Amino acid sequence: MWSGRRGLLRSSGCGVEELRCRRREREAALRKARREQQLVSKRLLRDEATEEAEGGCVVVILGEAEIQEFLRLAQRGTEEKERERALVSLRRGLQHPETQQTFIRLEGSIRTLVGLLTSNQALLQLEAARCLHELSHSEQSAVAEACLPATSYLLTYLSGHSSDFIELCLYTLGNLIVESEAVRRQLLPQGIVPALAACIQSPHLTVLEALGYALSQLLQAKEAPGKIIPLVLGSTLPQHILQLLQPGPKLNLGVAVEFAWCLHYIICSQVNNALLITQGALTTLGLLLLDLAAAVQRTEDAGLELLVCPVVRCLSNLLTEAAAETVGGPMQLRDERVLAALFILLQFFLHKQPSLLPEGLWLLNNLTANSPSFCTSLISLDLIEPLLHLLSVSNVVSVLVLTVLCNVAEKGPAYCQHLWPGLLLPTLLDTLALSDTEVVGQSLELLQLLFLYQPGAAQAFLQQSGLQALQRHEEVAQLQDRVHALQQTALHG
Amino acid sequence: MQLPPALHARLAGAPGAAAPLPVQRDSLAGNAPFRFAARQVRFPREHEFFEDGDVQRHLYLQDVITQVAAEPERPRVPEFTCQVAGCCQAFDTLEDYEHHYHTLHGNVCSSCKRAFPSGHLLDTHIQEWHDSLFQILAERQDMYQCLVEGCTEKFRTSRDRKEHLVTHHLYPADFRFDKPRKGRRPASQVSTEAIGEDRAPSEGDAMEVCSEQAEAHSEPPRERRVYSHRIPSTVCFGQGASRGFKSTKKRSKRQ
Repeated sequence: MWSGRRGLLRSSGCGVEELRCRRREREAALRKARREQQLVSKRLLRDEATEEAEGGCVVVILGEAEIQEFLRLAQRGTEEKERERALVSLRRGLQHPETQQTFIRLEGSIRTLVGLLTSNQALLQLEAARCLHELSHSEQSAVAEACLPATSYLLTYLSGHSSDFIELCLYTLGNLIVESEAVRRQLLPQGIVPALAACIQSPHLTVLEALGYALSQLLQAKEAPGKIIPLVLGSTLPQHILQLLQPGPKLNLGVAVEFAWCLHYIICSQVNNALLITQGALTTLGLLLLDLAAAVQRTEDAGLELLVCPVVRCLSNLLTEAAAETVGGPMQLRDERVLAALFILLQFFLHKQPSLLPEGLWLLNNLTANSPSFCTSLISLDLIEPLLHLLSVSNVVSVLVLTVLCNVAEKGPAYCQHLWPGLLLPTLLDTLALSDTEVVGQSLELLQLLFLYQPGAAQAFLQQSGLQALQRHEEVAQLQDRVHALQQTALHG
Repeated sequence: MQLPPALHARLAGAPGAAAPLPVQRDSLAGNAPFRFAARQVRFPREHEFFEDGDVQRHLYLQDVITQVAAEPERPRVPEFTCQVAGCCQAFDTLEDYEHHYHTLHGNVCSSCKRAFPSGHLLDTHIQEWHDSLFQILAERQDMYQCLVEGCTEKFRTSRDRKEHLVTHHLYPADFRFDKPRKGRRPASQVSTEAIGEDRAPSEGDAMEVCSEQAEAHSEPPRERRVYSHRIPSTVCFGQGASRGFKSTKKRSKRQ
């Protein structure tokens, strides 16, 4: 049973078309950023409900004098409420980039803010933290880096008990972490890893989600494989992360998403995956995959793919580790329900997020490549035909599907027997009609295996005008040798 | 993509692996000009294969502002006041009260009423300020523990500890939770402490941890130090207010 989670979309007065357009623009920007290896995103925690109560969210640009006045009132006002109101006004002003710039240029402003952050007036503390949070979210490096003097305090407060406050500190830290290596070079010696390791024992879901976010930002850093991941692996964080990913009634989607991505960044950096395997990562992730497949059938929840994606990646990469192959070990992944789950998820991807199909098929490849057992399951669970149906989606998907089919076929006649006849021949003839070299190449590989292991396959191929289908590719450099070899085999046996 | 109906039943069924069909390979398979070999593939973090999924992840991160709005509104309750003796703060939401309680009454030293942001700092404070045994031991061994959680270094004096905090952990030199006791600090520190400390509410000032006099250049005479610990600098009403939600960490035996 998945606990409730916040909805992804909310109407904000914009038209649906405008929303889609903006999303496309953002997506394009993110792709470009990723190609330049500059993929950075920050989270902003703003309590909209409070803002509406405060009278709309018109963001006012504050000038120097106003900022100074608010700071003065906050620091030395006589009445509690007056001091709070001053900080609230400052915070709202700081939502605007111009106010942020003015603020950081004002001498002593950060110092005052940090003083308020560490004061013993709880509500002032909270508001000061919110101000810092706004600053941390800025895209301007100078603004975010102005928050550096506060980091030792943010870390100290992580071992406190006020969950709202801790959540705020964590999101602020997460935003700062992603800002620059200089920031991380300060945070690491200040003890961010042990602080997070202590904080992850909190029972509050909001705190855990925030922590997962901050940690995922830390693990995504360029220097993480060398400098950060070893520290994380040496702490108690991995065990706690795996615990938080255990399927069951207590699993919270928002929390799980963050920690699954943390695990992905750790695993794909290939620092010490064997350690994770000994801690039961394969088992936990395998069970989680089963749970996800069940959930996907039950709910229309948009957002499950956000969790499925990193889980699939983690499993797939972990399977390539030598430690995963230890025969008979309890940590090994051998349960054929994983295959059932994966196909249910592939169907889910097909409808919700086709761009994730290649990742699912990549996992399928890693499950079947060296495993006669899983190849047998593919056959006994009647999954060959559904697999063939994916061949029309895209070239990348087709190559992967054909690769999986080759994984099955290369294991010999007992396997090819079950691939034949069915839809396989007409489907292969269809793929030979395509022009993508990689797709055709993989089809040729599969044909060789079938000709080799399945009596009558070459004959049937000829009868269905297979030779003509091959002729198309006789002049293609990467294909011609294989085309000729197949023609020979078909004709002369 | 039609899935066989039995598949869902299999998912819900018992764990198990299929008994594999016999494997029998021909040496010609995958021979030139063919090249197929079944093999697992791993992708490193920056591989373009991950582009789509990564982009989706970041769109989600950027979308959070719309998520927060869907959260249930904080219920406002009729105004109430804090029940801790001597505190008369008023609140109209439980979350505000929670934060207030934890900040001011959560980790409070029962001797001098100072509040601390964490149990760890409270414990360190009690040990260094209110435990004469600590002072005795400190003459012979390194007793001042580093304030950073996870760091096990100990030091002979609090000044050495501060040095360590600044150079090793990049803490600010005026870190608020490592200030010498009030009344004994040198003039040069006054200005930095003025900020945020110019009011002294009933709960006592800030969250000083270290007890050593900042101007001490050499070890102060033993008697004087023990003496100063027996008389706390703020009046304690002796009610022995409990420390509230305190962890099960070990306490020093003395107050």
